[in-house]
Amino acid sequence: MAHSYTPGLKVLKSTIVEKVRRLPIKGKVTKSVGDILSPDDIVATTDLPGNVQIIKIASMLNIGPADIFDSLKVKEGDHVKKGDLIAQTEGIFGFFKSELFAPIEGTIESISDITGQIIMREAPVPVEIDAYMSGSVKTVIPEEGVAIVTNAAFIQGIFGIGGEARGNINILVKDRSKELTENLINETHKGKIIVGGSFISLKTFKKAMEIEVAGVVIGGFNYYDLEEILGYKLGVAITGSEEINTSLIVTEGYGNIQMGKRTFELLSKHNNNFVSINGATQIRAGVIRPEIVIPLKENVLDVIKTSDSNMGIQKGSLVRVIRAPHFGSMGMVLELPPELQKMESETMVRVAKINVDGNELTIPRSNLEMVETD
Amino acid sequence: MILKSILATDCGSTTTKAILIENIDGKYRLTFRGEAPTTVEAPFEDVTKGVLNAVMEIEELSGKKIIDGENIITPIKNNEGVDIYISTSSAGGGLQMMVAGVVKSMSGESAERAALGAGSIVMDVMASNDGRLPHEKIKRIRELRPDMILLSGGIDGGTVSHVVELAEILAAANPQPRLGQNYQLPVIYAGNKKAQSEIKKTLEKKVDLDIVDNIRPVLETENLEPSRDKIHDLFMEHVMQQAPGYKKLTSWTNAPIMPTPGAVGSLIEMIAEKENISVVGVDIGGATTDIFSVFQKKFNRTVSANLGMSYSICNVLAESGLDNVLRWVPFDIDRKELTNRIGNKMIRPTTIPQSLEELLIEQAIAREALRLSFKQHKEFAVGLKGIQRKRTISDAFDQTSSGDSLVNMMDLDLLVGSGGVLSHAPRRQQSAKMLIDSFMPEGITQLAVDSIFMMPQLGVLANIDKEDIGEEARNAALEVFHKDCLIRLGTCLSPTGTVKDGTIVLNAKFIFQDGKIIEKELRRNEIYCIEAKYESIQVELTPHKKMDIGSGKGESIKTDIYGGLVGIILDGRDRPIQIPSDPTERLSCLKKWSEALNEYPKKA
Repeated sequence: MAHSYTPGLKVLKSTIVEKVRRLPIKGKVTKSVGDILSPDDIVATTDLPGNVQIIKIASMLNIGPADIFDSLKVKEGDHVKKGDLIAQTEGIFGFFKSELFAPIEGTIESISDITGQIIMREAPVPVEIDAYMSGSVKTVIPEEGVAIVTNAAFIQGIFGIGGEARGNINILVKDRSKELTENLINETHKGKIIVGGSFISLKTFKKAMEIEVAGVVIGGFNYYDLEEILGYKLGVAITGSEEINTSLIVTEGYGNIQMGKRTFELLSKHNNNFVSINGATQIRAGVIRPEIVIPLKENVLDVIKTSDSNMGIQKGSLVRVIRAPHFGSMGMVLELPPELQKMESETMVRVAKINVDGNELTIPRSNLEMVETD
Repeated sequence: MILKSILATDCGSTTTKAILIENIDGKYRLTFRGEAPTTVEAPFEDVTKGVLNAVMEIEELSGKKIIDGENIITPIKNNEGVDIYISTSSAGGGLQMMVAGVVKSMSGESAERAALGAGSIVMDVMASNDGRLPHEKIKRIRELRPDMILLSGGIDGGTVSHVVELAEILAAANPQPRLGQNYQLPVIYAGNKKAQSEIKKTLEKKVDLDIVDNIRPVLETENLEPSRDKIHDLFMEHVMQQAPGYKKLTSWTNAPIMPTPGAVGSLIEMIAEKENISVVGVDIGGATTDIFSVFQKKFNRTVSANLGMSYSICNVLAESGLDNVLRWVPFDIDRKELTNRIGNKMIRPTTIPQSLEELLIEQAIAREALRLSFKQHKEFAVGLKGIQRKRTISDAFDQTSSGDSLVNMMDLDLLVGSGGVLSHAPRRQQSAKMLIDSFMPEGITQLAVDSIFMMPQLGVLANIDKEDIGEEARNAALEVFHKDCLIRLGTCLSPTGTVKDGTIVLNAKFIFQDGKIIEKELRRNEIYCIEAKYESIQVELTPHKKMDIGSGKGESIKTDIYGGLVGIILDGRDRPIQIPSDPTERLSCLKKWSEALNEYPKKA
């Protein structure tokens, strides 16, 4: 049977989610294989080298770089406190001495008589990595981190901003086609993950940020409104490090687009459950989509259900059009003709014929997304 | 030694492309090609799987056996396998470098040129005078995690302290490589010879240090070769060894794997040298746009890291501004609707324009991406800065200084475009028009597109450094480049100067090989296209007394030009091209220019 591989976003009722939690540099792993974790548990720690400060001793004391050792009161490896004397010239007959005091507390890392400067390093900065989601430690990567597994419902969005967040889900709309409006959000949503339908306006999202809602999951958002939230124009979809209180996960795309039925139903089923979300998105090779992990109570060893999208689009598949014209339309695949066909744009492409509300549409296969069904 | 068959692959971030070149009746031709998804990332994590899949497609199409189990058969045995196998790679984000120099516009710029020429993406240029405080530089180095750093600075025998200061900053940052935590970051020092021992002392224990000849031994000379070669060596030795499957791939190839843009650059450089022409090549991808040029025998490459047609499409919008994109769109559209549409292309980068309207929007954005990339290229492709020049009294009124752009559009002989939006435009006229609108060639310029972007594979073929096959491989690369790689679009004739609207800017007479003669008067702001296949055509061009077609104002030219799939395009528009701001006038202008080339189906 003809089929075509078209990546769809994962919307899975039950799967095994595995997350690697890794330190930026080597350090100490604090958990062992089999340990049961909750999201806030620390799994690994390390010390990032402290900030450095370069002190231009020679120019500050008005001496040649080669002469700095004569004036220095410290040597490499010494620990000094802020305000300690670190260099002093001999002066003239013991008078008119110039002195230099340590601007920070730290260690003398290096002294150079070529550049006439010393480098001081501040105390190391401790870094901790938490578990992010509840689960158990599957493997330990020595000195780097752990891999955590959990049995969970798992939903991917198309685009997000803001990093990791967690909280209880609150569905705020009755229908997936409804806009999440300002009046639906109140103080009780602080720290929660709120779910809307088709759209959230800039004004409403700002209110969510003010209330310190942990995250918003929504069908659509306006691209041009991102600038006001981020403070800059988003040129490439690489996000996750924005310093915002409220992470945003868009499930369908830019504009007013109702949330996928399956996504909305799955989120509704877990209304009030505790979830972990991450708005981080990277649309490049090595694609990362924003995600919602809803840990399930059942045992991790339950049967794993994989995504239907792995099988690709086939006759009878439910698909969604992901580019204008017909953007957002859902339909059933009627036929996958093997030969290339000419579009209105005169582009020659492989197409799928789909039935949308009784009408037959011919759409490039690249412009279709699989909608998964159980 | 004649090479019977050559297999070459290019492992890109998303697709691995394989081509088979064979010697048929003494001529090298591209015979088959295949492609498959790149398999660097999970779940495969082995680049060779994608390579084998792409080669298997060639096997199926050609009926030849090239693979034995999980190996490529080289050399040919019993009519199976290929004589040589070579590859380029830009998978896993390509080669990402940071460069440093004492003075940003001098050694910093030379270091950047060396790194770009070697095919890397330059993440940052650090310099003593870049305005950042030491701790800011340290923070930046730590954040970036490049694959490699090139440190330069100072002329040989000059002041030591500045470049040692930079080394101290590097040492304090203790930079970590991007891939893998178990090896030291490669750092190349290509600065003042006198500082070598101090640099060694400062950096040796913290990084994997290599020292090469100074990139700028004296102010007047740039010596990029040693740094470029060392970057290629380290790319193979370190970076490639960290990427999944590359050890195996390296053992298969008969020549070192080159970074993809490095291979393209070297091919363009070779062609410009062999044919003694000025060339501009552009590759517009989903994330980046690479521009290569050779003017006055000097090669330059720039990467506009965030100007592309899918992943970075919103950045084109952000950098050029909505109005600049909209000026090329030949119909009215709601501004908010347009930005959402462009945003959706960014988050679903593999979608393609189905409707004509969508195609027109994409090609409008492409024009801006190309224009901005070329602007960046012109600013970078300059003569050496900081050189003292003798000036005579006649120069007193000439405002030029050292560091002028080498790019002179009147000198440009050949403009080659590649990348999906140019190579796969439904009509070749669209490719030609996009190239003209964004690069704005002047005088006489040949236009072409790379049919399937095989310049990377031909580039690495042209670079085989082996006595017995090197020369033959270069010949093969050149032959295939001319016969199979380039699709000739035609020639653009564009006089420059300022005259009143409606004035005849050029009188042209074309004498074709079959004896047919066409004469044409070209008016200001008019475009005209003459159908002409790819063959030599005699031409007599007489510009208006205030216009220049290559020999000076009012000076006539008699020469030979070539047609192509589009033909000869006479472009009487101003340079830069003026698009009316009045909406009705703008639409009418765009329509007139487009119709002259039969660019779109009638609906547009």
